[in-house]
Amino acid sequence: MTDRSKKISISRRSLLKGAAGVAGLAGTGTLLSAPYVHAADPKVLRYLGTAVNEGDEIAKKCLADTGIKIEYITATTDDVTKRVITQPNSFDVLDTEYFSLKKLVPSGNIFPLDARKIKEFNNITPVFTKGELPNGKKIGGQGTAPWKVLYLDGPNSKTFSAAPTEYVTLIPTVYNADTLGIRPDLIKRPINSWAELLNPEFKGKASILNIPSIGIMDAALVVEATGQYKYADKGNMTKAEIDLTMKVLTEAKKAGQFRAFWKDFNESVNLMASGETVIQSMWSPAVTKVRSMGIACTFQPLKEGYRSWASGFCVSKAVGGSPKLDWAYEFVNWYLSGWAGAYLNRQGYYSAVLSTAKANMTEDEWGYWMEGKPAKNDIKAPDGTLMEKAGAVRDGGSYDDRMGGVVCWNAVMDENDYMVRKWNEFIAA
Amino acid sequence: MAVTIDNSPETLAPAQSTLRKMTTRSIAWLQAGPMTLVFALFFLLPLVLVVIVSVWDYNEYEMIPALSFRGYTDTFEGCVANLPELCTILKTYLKTLKLCLLTWALTLMIGFWVAYFLAFHVRSKTWQIVLSLLCTIPFWTSNVIRMIAWIPLLGRNGLVNQGLVGAGVINKPVEWLLFSEFSVVLALVHLFTFFMVVPIFNSMIRIDKRLIEAAYDAGASGWQTLVNIVIPLSKPGIVIGSIFVITIVMGDFVTIGVMGGQQIASAGKIIEARLSALQFPAAAANAVILLGITIIIISALTRIVDVRKEL
Repeated sequence: MTDRSKKISISRRSLLKGAAGVAGLAGTGTLLSAPYVHAADPKVLRYLGTAVNEGDEIAKKCLADTGIKIEYITATTDDVTKRVITQPNSFDVLDTEYFSLKKLVPSGNIFPLDARKIKEFNNITPVFTKGELPNGKKIGGQGTAPWKVLYLDGPNSKTFSAAPTEYVTLIPTVYNADTLGIRPDLIKRPINSWAELLNPEFKGKASILNIPSIGIMDAALVVEATGQYKYADKGNMTKAEIDLTMKVLTEAKKAGQFRAFWKDFNESVNLMASGETVIQSMWSPAVTKVRSMGIACTFQPLKEGYRSWASGFCVSKAVGGSPKLDWAYEFVNWYLSGWAGAYLNRQGYYSAVLSTAKANMTEDEWGYWMEGKPAKNDIKAPDGTLMEKAGAVRDGGSYDDRMGGVVCWNAVMDENDYMVRKWNEFIAA
Repeated sequence: MAVTIDNSPETLAPAQSTLRKMTTRSIAWLQAGPMTLVFALFFLLPLVLVVIVSVWDYNEYEMIPALSFRGYTDTFEGCVANLPELCTILKTYLKTLKLCLLTWALTLMIGFWVAYFLAFHVRSKTWQIVLSLLCTIPFWTSNVIRMIAWIPLLGRNGLVNQGLVGAGVINKPVEWLLFSEFSVVLALVHLFTFFMVVPIFNSMIRIDKRLIEAAYDAGASGWQTLVNIVIPLSKPGIVIGSIFVITIVMGDFVTIGVMGGQQIASAGKIIEARLSALQFPAAAANAVILLGITIIIISALTRIVDVRKEL
């Protein structure tokens, strides 16, 4: 009996072994065969971009107004670019910054939109189209300024056109002028120059953005502010200029100037709110967030000017010629029609079509955000939380003062490869 | 592996009659098949691709499939020219190795004693499981959350500094608690000690308790028992744990980045910076270098202990 049961158990074991093998193979088979794809729901657009512009309220309002359902795909600035280059079929609408166009356009993975189909195109602020304010004042154009890369020669062209054409690389949506954020309660004296970022007085209490191409421009602003060197174009340095700038940064790092570098919106808020840093490059809504925590924080205007950025919409090349292209036009036209613009303006950004945004804001809101006037009533965030009490004036003042003070734009340099290597050297120093 | 098939007629079920026709060999292949396939598809193939891409050329936005060693030569740029000053890649690897060594030594010390406690002092199996699960707590949060959580503790105005200042130990807050090598090693140890505990515990639990009794009966002191019995028999666990910790720390860039305030170089960070700039071949070249160095370390370790023999 003992003998018999042993035999049975052995055979059962070998049976199980064989069965497991078959099941395993079958499992792999299912994995490898193409999954069944459901037909897409009507009017769904996959929207690839950074978290900055991807507000839930915008998607909700868009669905209510146009019936287009927006599915956000959120990534960091670098990853957005990477995704466009490597997986152009994974999104429909792309929201990205102008400086990445130097990489995106030659890849042929994006499809330019037709300016003639954009209703408000002629009302887009001349900041984008001519490099000047609505009042005619010229804006600094160092770096990848949007007007240098706004138009293409033709529908499938890979070269930028200096003269306006109907083929627009990115339909402008949002932009801002960036500067240093400071903690006035801890610094206790006026700050008015980029040079203060590397002032040894703030040793161990300064921070910059951990994106090499932007970090190096902030450093270049410091170099110019301290009078060490004057760049022909801070957004497109020569190798010698990169060496010089990185040397200044490296010395500051070795001396312990920086507390940490930040890459994420929340990191910058926490560094500032906790007092780990008192002066750092920052984004406008991050300053607002620190302030809404009851902590003094100023988006400090500086005499050398602002570093600006701008973003806009285009579509994936896979969308060109499909019905999704019409929805994309409908979506972009809705976006520029005012509600979204007002939403962006209330966050401290600027919308591309000012007239439609103005129509969707109260006179007091417009006065505070755009004209640099003291707020008559409390200023509330889009979600209703209190941002500023009545009587407050926006840091840096009016649109004309802030955008008029722009000296350079976020950029990708011709010597980008060299710069990244130098950045790694800087981190290792 | 030897597979025996019982052919005696009285044990044959209907399903088995088909199986009987299969040779021993084909069943073995069938068993190994799925794993081999997964391994080849998701490990070997990507690895081969990385090696191939590492010798390609590239421009701002695409990889160019033309033979170029640019990824490698750029990486070692200045290594000879700048002597005696160290070049970027050497500095980076020295820093990575230093962090790796510190983390390894600390996780080994802590992990060994935690495993020892679990294996020899905790009698009930339930408690052994409960306590092992407790060790997984560090994995419950994301890295970003963890960084934000460390600031109130280790930051300039954090709990530790306030406590020390309050107790009169120091008169102004110390800065090296956060965004320093200290905080990096602290976070790595906090995270990865678990990878030491599990394999060492697994080795220890299989030590025949009679050996320890015998040592005790033969008059060995606690220390002698530890050195002559427990440690040698735990060696496979120690080596496996070490392999886990070393490979993870060598390739880490998130923890080192977050806890080091992005100011501490690591082999992984170089790759990340290259990837972010879309310089895939250069990133691949650095990945191949990292892989080579890690393989050297691991093969040195397995030379000390033959893990397969010991298991």
